[in-house]
Amino acid sequence: MSLELKLKLAHGNFELDIDQIFASQGVTAIYGPSGSGKTSVLRAIAGLDKSASGLIKFNNRIWQDGSKFIATHRRALAYVFQEPSLFEHLSVRANIEYGFKRVPLKQRVINSDDVIQALGISSLLDRDTQTLSGGEKQRVAIARALCSSPDLLLMDEPLSALDKRSKAEILPMLVALRDKLSIPIIYVSHSLNEVARLADHLVLMQQGRIIASGDIQSMLTQLDLSLAQGADAESLIDAVVAAHDEQFELTYLDSSLGRFSVLRRPLAIGEKVRLLIAARDVSITRQQQQDTSILNIFPATIEQIESVGAAQVTVRLNANNLPVLARLTKKSATLMNLAVGDSVYLQAKSVAIL
Amino acid sequence: MFSEADIAALMLTLKLAGISTLVLILFGTPLAWWLAKSAWRFKFLIEALVALPLVLPPTVLGFYLLVAFSPQSSIGHLFESVVGQPLAFSFTGLVVGSVIYSLPFVIQPLQNAFIAVGRRPLEVAATLRASPSDRFFSVVVPLARPGFLSAAVLGFAHTLGEFGVVLMIGGNIPGETQVASIAIYEHVESMQLASAHWLSAALLLISFCLLVLVYAANPKARVLRL
Repeated sequence: MSLELKLKLAHGNFELDIDQIFASQGVTAIYGPSGSGKTSVLRAIAGLDKSASGLIKFNNRIWQDGSKFIATHRRALAYVFQEPSLFEHLSVRANIEYGFKRVPLKQRVINSDDVIQALGISSLLDRDTQTLSGGEKQRVAIARALCSSPDLLLMDEPLSALDKRSKAEILPMLVALRDKLSIPIIYVSHSLNEVARLADHLVLMQQGRIIASGDIQSMLTQLDLSLAQGADAESLIDAVVAAHDEQFELTYLDSSLGRFSVLRRPLAIGEKVRLLIAARDVSITRQQQQDTSILNIFPATIEQIESVGAAQVTVRLNANNLPVLARLTKKSATLMNLAVGDSVYLQAKSVAIL
Repeated sequence: MFSEADIAALMLTLKLAGISTLVLILFGTPLAWWLAKSAWRFKFLIEALVALPLVLPPTVLGFYLLVAFSPQSSIGHLFESVVGQPLAFSFTGLVVGSVIYSLPFVIQPLQNAFIAVGRRPLEVAATLRASPSDRFFSVVVPLARPGFLSAAVLGFAHTLGEFGVVLMIGGNIPGETQVASIAIYEHVESMQLASAHWLSAALLLISFCLLVLVYAANPKARVLRL
């Protein structure tokens, strides 16, 4: 897949102006504050906002340019809205079948039973949509979208209207579906947590413009971007479950950084996970510490040092070509005489598994 | 009880109301859809025109229709040259009059129902590959069902009670233009009060049963809301 966008749009005071080629696979998150134009981009891609002018090209097919406008129903996409927006006059099953039935037989590449299973809605099929909870409704809406076998899935903050429990329930399902279905997804969100768990690529929007884009790891750790400047700056590392330690009740996770040890989790050997390390949980030592309680220690090189406020610095480390952030006090950085290019050791006090 | 002429008048009334309602739903649906969706800045002119029969005395409407139906007018002339008989004082003329007379009673519930459906279900359907006509029949019509019911019942019932317009453009030809309301009027004029009673009771009963049926079938829907 390739998606090329050159869009201009004006709604009152708001102006959208973007020129971007979206990544060809995986999940691309469009992240930014509310009002930055994330939803406008998504609606324009879907052809739901006809006032957007410019070029939309998907898989070498022009969906829109100055002289042409392919109607929404002729674009091989599906859209999950913020609110589930189920058809109230149809049962859960009929909702899911709505798109499925309208796709020609040969293009039905997604098995609806798999999707229904993955989203845990088998028992809801004969229910009336009005009797479902918010989380159940959104799962049905996601299934409905997927069962139309789209070439591109657009998701507009699909979890933002849900309670914490439903979010926690659906996110792993989305991760599993992402890995299983290999449909390119554009996922609009203002939750960094969702983005960190789901996205492969990140497009950062502000005031109708795309201010940066790239793969998620480097975007999270780019010191000139807001993501790395906040108190909750963090680094993302892909890892695979390597082994469980029966004696100490630990789980070992292999990444290109090295082997991480975490408290034992019910994960299968070989399962892919994402590790999230908060910058404030990373400390730096000159020598590899032996007399420390911290287990996760890796060699790294200092790439960049930036001040954060009056008292702190963020250090961007290169650990075997993976970027990792460390948040230190200015005092420590000065006392240790840290400089770009130095070889050091990073110590991660705690690691979150996504 | 009912004379043969009374039964003929009743049947004619039901036939007139039925055909008028059918025509109204058929032509009123696209008009109501357009009114619900259009962003044309002078749309209010059409809305005012559609609502006119609500406030206009039926005799005024009837008078203009009579003028339009006369063989001297272009409409009346065209009809007569095509069909071979005049539009005035004919059943077809009554249908035309009823359709105009009951238009707002059909358009307004439909328009409200279409607006109530909102944009979102249509957008969802479009992203699920439904074409515009597919979206209309698979999403709008079922979601606007109470509106259609309300429109049909109001259109039918309002035509049932039509009097002034019929009097002006239809006259009182038994079997052709003599509807129940006219027959009742004539019975009263000629002091046949018993016949007037029976016919009035019949209209009352039909109208009431119709409404009971609709409200019973849709306990939750607000059927009659203008």
